[in-house]
Amino acid sequence: MANTPSAEAKTGWALVSAPAVYVLLMLAAPLLLVFGLSFAGLEDGSKVSLPLADGQVEQLGFTLSNYGKLFCWSVSESCSSTDVRMAQATANAMGRALMVAGFVTLTTVLLAYPVAYYVSFHVQPSKKALWLFLITIPFWTSYVIRVALWRTILGYDGAVDAALSGLGIIDGQLNVLQYGTLSIIITLSHAYAPFAVLPIFVALEKVDRSLLEAGQDLGESRWTTFLRVTLPLTMSGVVAAVLIVFIPTVGDYVTPELIGSGKVPMIANFIETQMWKLRNQAMGSTLAVSSMLIVAIIATLFVLANRRYLGARK
Amino acid sequence: MKTKGLGLRTYTIIYLIVLYAPIIILPLFAFNDATTVAFPLSGFTTKWFAEMMGDVNLRKALVNSLIVSLSTAVIATALGILAARSAVRYSWPGKGIVMGSIMVPLVLPEMIVAMSLLVLLLAMGVKLSLFTIILGHVLICMPFAVAILSSAFQSLDKSLEEAALDLGETGWSTFRLIVLPLVMPGILSSFLITFTISIDEFIIANFLGGGEPVLSVFVFTAFRFPSTVPPVLALGTMLVAFSILLLTIAEYFRRRGVAKAGGKDTGGFL
Repeated sequence: MANTPSAEAKTGWALVSAPAVYVLLMLAAPLLLVFGLSFAGLEDGSKVSLPLADGQVEQLGFTLSNYGKLFCWSVSESCSSTDVRMAQATANAMGRALMVAGFVTLTTVLLAYPVAYYVSFHVQPSKKALWLFLITIPFWTSYVIRVALWRTILGYDGAVDAALSGLGIIDGQLNVLQYGTLSIIITLSHAYAPFAVLPIFVALEKVDRSLLEAGQDLGESRWTTFLRVTLPLTMSGVVAAVLIVFIPTVGDYVTPELIGSGKVPMIANFIETQMWKLRNQAMGSTLAVSSMLIVAIIATLFVLANRRYLGARK
Repeated sequence: MKTKGLGLRTYTIIYLIVLYAPIIILPLFAFNDATTVAFPLSGFTTKWFAEMMGDVNLRKALVNSLIVSLSTAVIATALGILAARSAVRYSWPGKGIVMGSIMVPLVLPEMIVAMSLLVLLLAMGVKLSLFTIILGHVLICMPFAVAILSSAFQSLDKSLEEAALDLGETGWSTFRLIVLPLVMPGILSSFLITFTISIDEFIIANFLGGGEPVLSVFVFTAFRFPSTVPPVLALGTMLVAFSILLLTIAEYFRRRGVAKAGGKDTGGFL
């Protein structure tokens, strides 16, 4: 058994070696390969389609032209009219993905905060686990089924239309589904709701309850206590919730396919088209790397903007 | 205090109802006697279930899914035990970065994980099959296994192990006789959760499967064609019921594990 630090380190490393090697081979290596491929091109200008044919390996070289294609705003020597259309469509898909993810994040976090607050502050400690279990169950059931069901809820004669016309609020059909982007936002907000509740709940649980009493003893109202004590103390949870919802929703593929019927593609659908349908893995990698870079920049800026709340915990 | 929470309580209950809305609507249409999925409901039928049971492709997909999910659950939980035990019990340099990397798939969009794996497999000339789906599923399931198992190992009292060692047990027999039984609920809960994630997962299954049908891909394809929607709703009803059953069992084991180790229940899987 490990007694000295170095023996302990050895045992620890021996144990973790298998999962560590797995992650190295199945995650680090593929991501590095994608990064490398995003700069790859063939001398004859044909697309990089894996596995490479005989003789193509020698032709493989470093190029920035994949990234250049993303900036083809007008037809020129290096940009054909197809390239220009492609660049515009890609920019649109990225813009749409960011906008959708932004709205989804805002909606889920705003709607989730009161729920997390209720469970943390008003539910008996012995019942908290049960409430969290109830909130998380839908998240564990098939994502594809949940997303697809929103078609039946939002679509023609769906649950929303049936309820609204039943109540006499609308006369005909609302058919929200025809507004592709809106129905994607609704569906994703629903799918990612539990993701927002959990981190906020964890942050609320850490709030020292005596601080709130102190605030109220000193003459603050409940609302100002919340704004000046509880909310700043739980901003770390809000930031975590924002990131945990925003990042996967930017890269969502299933919802635009099923809800938007592929008519309002987001960036993940474009990555899939290049990588899978067109077998152009270099361009697909370029899209993957650029979108990850954009998301990483936005996430970093967001964290920096909130750093005073995050630092307060130390 | 009671009256103040009332508004919040009402809000939370409405929130939960909306959260469950699709799952509640699902069986309504699965038993509805109409080929189009729309209100008003027309009558009760079990024919969609019968049609679903008779589908040969579905049976093949079911068998494939079981192979993938069982393998994934076993491998991810085994790797999770190693990683969680190592991180909780021992201190070693580089722990932060190694454990952090294991958790990365949790925050990466699945499309990125799937496509980067696809590129590697294509470059290496590996034929896509159920096996390659398992490779991807183990990767995305491992973070969940590690999270569940870490909390199981954390609630373990170190002095129990030390006592066993003092009484002459070897390192391995201590692990087998003392540690393993105490973390068994955590292991079962990790197994069930990773199984559930794997059987529901679509993107990796679709792109790394090389055309082998699995349940999630079957469901996705069926939803795109109106005529196949009602039987797939029947299938969905059974899948959702099955998932909820597995999760309830997993939650039961997790709680028992917490109680067994004498810990305080902080709630939730994550």
